[in-house]
Amino acid sequence: MVFLTRKAEFSASHYYHNPEFTPEENQRIFGKCNNPNGHGHNYTLEVTVKGQVDPRSGFVVDLKELKETMNREVIDALDHRFLNKEVPEFAEAIPTTENLAISIWERLKPKLKLAELHRIRVYETPDLFVDYYGEA
Amino acid sequence: MKAYLTRRYWFSASHRLHSEQMSDTENKLVYGKCNNPHGHGHNYAVEVTVAGHVDSRTGMICNLVDLDDFVERNILQRFGHENLNTLPEFKGVVPTTENLCVKIYEILQQDFQHADVEKVRIEETMLNSFAYAGGRETRE
Repeated sequence: MVFLTRKAEFSASHYYHNPEFTPEENQRIFGKCNNPNGHGHNYTLEVTVKGQVDPRSGFVVDLKELKETMNREVIDALDHRFLNKEVPEFAEAIPTTENLAISIWERLKPKLKLAELHRIRVYETPDLFVDYYGEA
Repeated sequence: MKAYLTRRYWFSASHRLHSEQMSDTENKLVYGKCNNPHGHGHNYAVEVTVAGHVDSRTGMICNLVDLDDFVERNILQRFGHENLNTLPEFKGVVPTTENLCVKIYEILQQDFQHADVEKVRIEETMLNSFAYAGGRETRE
């Protein structure tokens, strides 16, 4: 089994707000992130796939295909977007880094034909990242 | 859904690697430059990984403010700008980064209440790093 990781970058804005909380609760729990005008990050995405090395090609996965899938399913949908307003799953779910990692997993998982998805890692900043392995 | 959140922190400290269970000659042989009696320092990067189910109301494993506050009070203030050899934690224990890693994991494991502690990873320099997950195998 060999693991292969491909990186991509996207920039997006978001804010954290749960309509079921009172304004005071939203402010206490989410702090600065509750500003309804949003704020942004340069995110770095790492997609790790795993598989056996194909003896004919020497590849675990066709990187070109992986890159195209990542661009089509993830980057085109998230890059330079206001996540709360423009990305359907964040109309309800709060666009935290945790939920972004889960959302990216769910976007990519059904579209990857040859390789098996192993891990989604999303860096919100160089000092903060979330890993998701598809665990329930 | 279970996810893993990692936060990186920094502190600077000095140490000297010297074991009371070895002769001076052995200490020099084993620890080399790190045995210099005056000590030397590092900028340590500490990565703390917590694990848990993402709360559907907040979208979070735990509130980052709670993690940052805990680490600031119990780790960065405790070890930052100190000579590790002089701290009670390292009485009779060589302050290698292996031992520092285990110590920091234990502090978090024992007292951090807001999420499960998965792993502590420390970069002593850009070339050396150490990880401890309470004796479990660590995921890369």
